[in-house]
Amino acid sequence: MTDTTALLTTADGKPLKSALAKSQGRARRRAFLLVAPLFFFVLLTFIIPIGQMLFQSVYNPTFTQAAPNLVRWFDENPAGSQIDEAAFAALAADLKQMKTDKTAGSAGTRINYDMPGTRSLFTAAARKADKLEPPYREALLEIDKTWGDPMLWRVMRSAASALTADFYLAALDLTRDDTGAIISVAQDRQVYVTLFARTFLLSGLITGLCLVLAFPIAHLLATLPLARSNLLMILVLLPFWTSLLVRTTSWMVLLQGQGVVNNVLVSLGILGEDGRIQMMYNQTGTIIAMTHILLPFMVLPLYSVMRPIPPSYVRAARSLGASSWTAFRRVYLPQTLPGIGAGALLVFILAVGYYITPALVGGADGQLISNLIAFHMQKSLNWSLAAALAGLLLAAVLALYWLYDRVVGIDNLKLG
Amino acid sequence: MNGEPALTSNASGEGFVVFDHVQKSYDGETLVVKDLNLSIGKGEFLTMLGPSGSGKTTCLMMLAGFETATHGEIKLNGRPINQVPPHKRGIGMVFQNYALFPHMSVGENLSFPLEVRGTGKSEREAKIKRALDMVQMGAFANRRPAQLSGGQQQRIALARALVFDPELVLMDEPLGALDKQLREHMQFEIKHLHESLGLTVVYVTHDQGEALTMSDRVAVFNDGRIQQLDAPDELYERPKNSFVAQFIGENNKLPGTIEALEDGKALVRLATGEVIDATPVNVTQKGQRTLVSIRPERVEFKPEMMPPGAHTIDAEVLEVIYMGDIFRTRLRVAGSEDFVMKSRNTLGQTKLVPGQHVRIGWHPQDARALEPM
Ligand SMILES: Nc1ncnc2c1ncn2[C@@H]1O[C@H](COP(=O)(O)OP(=O)(O)OP(=O)(O)O)[C@@H](O)[C@H]1O
Ligand SMILES: [Mg+2]
Repeated sequence: MTDTTALLTTADGKPLKSALAKSQGRARRRAFLLVAPLFFFVLLTFIIPIGQMLFQSVYNPTFTQAAPNLVRWFDENPAGSQIDEAAFAALAADLKQMKTDKTAGSAGTRINYDMPGTRSLFTAAARKADKLEPPYREALLEIDKTWGDPMLWRVMRSAASALTADFYLAALDLTRDDTGAIISVAQDRQVYVTLFARTFLLSGLITGLCLVLAFPIAHLLATLPLARSNLLMILVLLPFWTSLLVRTTSWMVLLQGQGVVNNVLVSLGILGEDGRIQMMYNQTGTIIAMTHILLPFMVLPLYSVMRPIPPSYVRAARSLGASSWTAFRRVYLPQTLPGIGAGALLVFILAVGYYITPALVGGADGQLISNLIAFHMQKSLNWSLAAALAGLLLAAVLALYWLYDRVVGIDNLKLG
Repeated sequence: MNGEPALTSNASGEGFVVFDHVQKSYDGETLVVKDLNLSIGKGEFLTMLGPSGSGKTTCLMMLAGFETATHGEIKLNGRPINQVPPHKRGIGMVFQNYALFPHMSVGENLSFPLEVRGTGKSEREAKIKRALDMVQMGAFANRRPAQLSGGQQQRIALARALVFDPELVLMDEPLGALDKQLREHMQFEIKHLHESLGLTVVYVTHDQGEALTMSDRVAVFNDGRIQQLDAPDELYERPKNSFVAQFIGENNKLPGTIEALEDGKALVRLATGEVIDATPVNVTQKGQRTLVSIRPERVEFKPEMMPPGAHTIDAEVLEVIYMGDIFRTRLRVAGSEDFVMKSRNTLGQTKLVPGQHVRIGWHPQDARALEPM
């Protein structure tokens, strides 16, 4: 039997298998050509930059390039060795090199990430590098006592390997002690974990608010006659057509201390002049403005799931003896779950990475993790730490997807 | 449940279900249901039949409680139910698209009406099993509705509507989505359940064949009114107006005017001047315009097959269509070109050919003089 199948041929005698492969190959090549532009676009604008960013979070060669002699010394002497004259000689040679290459600033910045106030140490020493004479230890300590600090040497040792997990540790408020063991940083320097927690908490809250607000609207949209539901849909989508900045600033106009809402409340006598509610430049502002902005992302998936649910399901449930609440809870709600899941996932992921709104209306305690990422990209120029924070955010979002897939099933996701 | 005979009334002398001068308007401008009066006996199988948009579903929905009557009163078992919410009416309902809950298994679907009534677990299981066995679906309790064929879904919908022992069951075109063979089979099964459980059934359909084969009585709807409410044979053989005559089965219509009218007989002058005998139905005076309606299967062309006292008339054969069990012959009769005669395909049946002139005939009782619409 197997022989006959192996011998199957087309009408003109070619083996069937190769003929099939040939005919399908052409179709496959065509399909590839059609998707190729998008593929390269995604590759160039998405995969490569993200890959680059993730790479940067574990790879930072600034110090290794600026201080090759020190790198060699660290390689030859394991952690915990005496910092001897040879080490200081290597440092002096590197400082001279930094002066000619003008790299003292960037090398100092890299050390400064882990040990604040050390950038000037490098720039000052590099300026005087030409005058350094042996014994280098004494000469350098003369310039600044900090050069003898074991902490500084520990930091330089870790910066001397370009490939490092230190940025991820820093992003989780962790560091290494003298022996290289991982410990938490001092209480007063712990910022990131709190901020991650706040970001997830606020995002969860915003997602919940969006769901509560969007569910009735989506239901109305799905059950109204088409002409009227289209009108309502325009109202839902209207925010999409207005600039994000305009929308955020209008919330500022409405909600700030001297804003419309407070003025109305005061003039109605509900609030005293000094009892104005602070609704802007704090968490409240972030929550209100972001809920408003993200609402359509919840309404649309819900609507697209609700629209095709025929009213006969709820009617059937009612005729079978269910009160309207039971019919809603046991028959209608379960059928909207894919929309709830999709909307919640979408809003949550967008909220977790939101930047502009918290930056404008968040004040001090309404900032999210992305504001700190932006700070490290633009102000402190610690791109590796920014990349590590972003990498953690990405991992959290992927974990969320995974969880969703496990609990609900990703093929139950209905985005529109 | 008992096997009470159909059409009995309850103690108060009224029907089990009563529509009393019910009107319904959705938009405040047009009446979709106009003055509906209907009394349905306990154990009766009543079908609402009518063209699309005639208000059948609306009536059913008012009875089920999903629409409110704009005017008038609906009573169930002698009790006005206008203010009773749907879930307190205890009416079983089968929807056209079945409306089986897609996120629940068949067993859970059936369990739903029992759970919301607080039925205990063991009793629930017993009732579910009984209901599933009733529709021969005992082996399917764990399937999802999507894993069932249309006919199987239909049975489950039926079982779900019956599992909580309602006395009244409403069905809105329950067989509309099934193919012909399955539909006929399910008609039989529904009818069987109706009889064995002593249910009162209000059934809505487009399909007159279905209405005629299943019902104790059929209410023919048109334009928000019941045109005729009668047993199937009455409806078919003695339609009360030209709408019913046209809507139920095929009918030949010969227009004419009343020549004479006396003790149950009418003389009708047709367009070509011929005068025929007919049975007057809703014509009242001489000179009135009328439509004489004659069933195609009551028309004969062989003299030996004609009923005694038959009235004969000249006809020309225009077309003969072979339909297997019958021949459908289109004739020109008294100026009308779509007069149809159906003759059985018996052994030795005479074959007519187009162009042939024959003399056809029918009994005057089968020619019903109706007022044109
Ligand atoms: N919810 C509604 N709002 C407004 N008009 C309606 C509504 N439901 C039905 N109608 C109108 O009422 C009339 C009767 O509708 P109904 O559904 O009762 O007809 P039907 O006899 O069941 O027809 P079909 O055989 O097509 O199901 C139609 O003209 C329809 O357009
Ligand atoms: Mg209908």
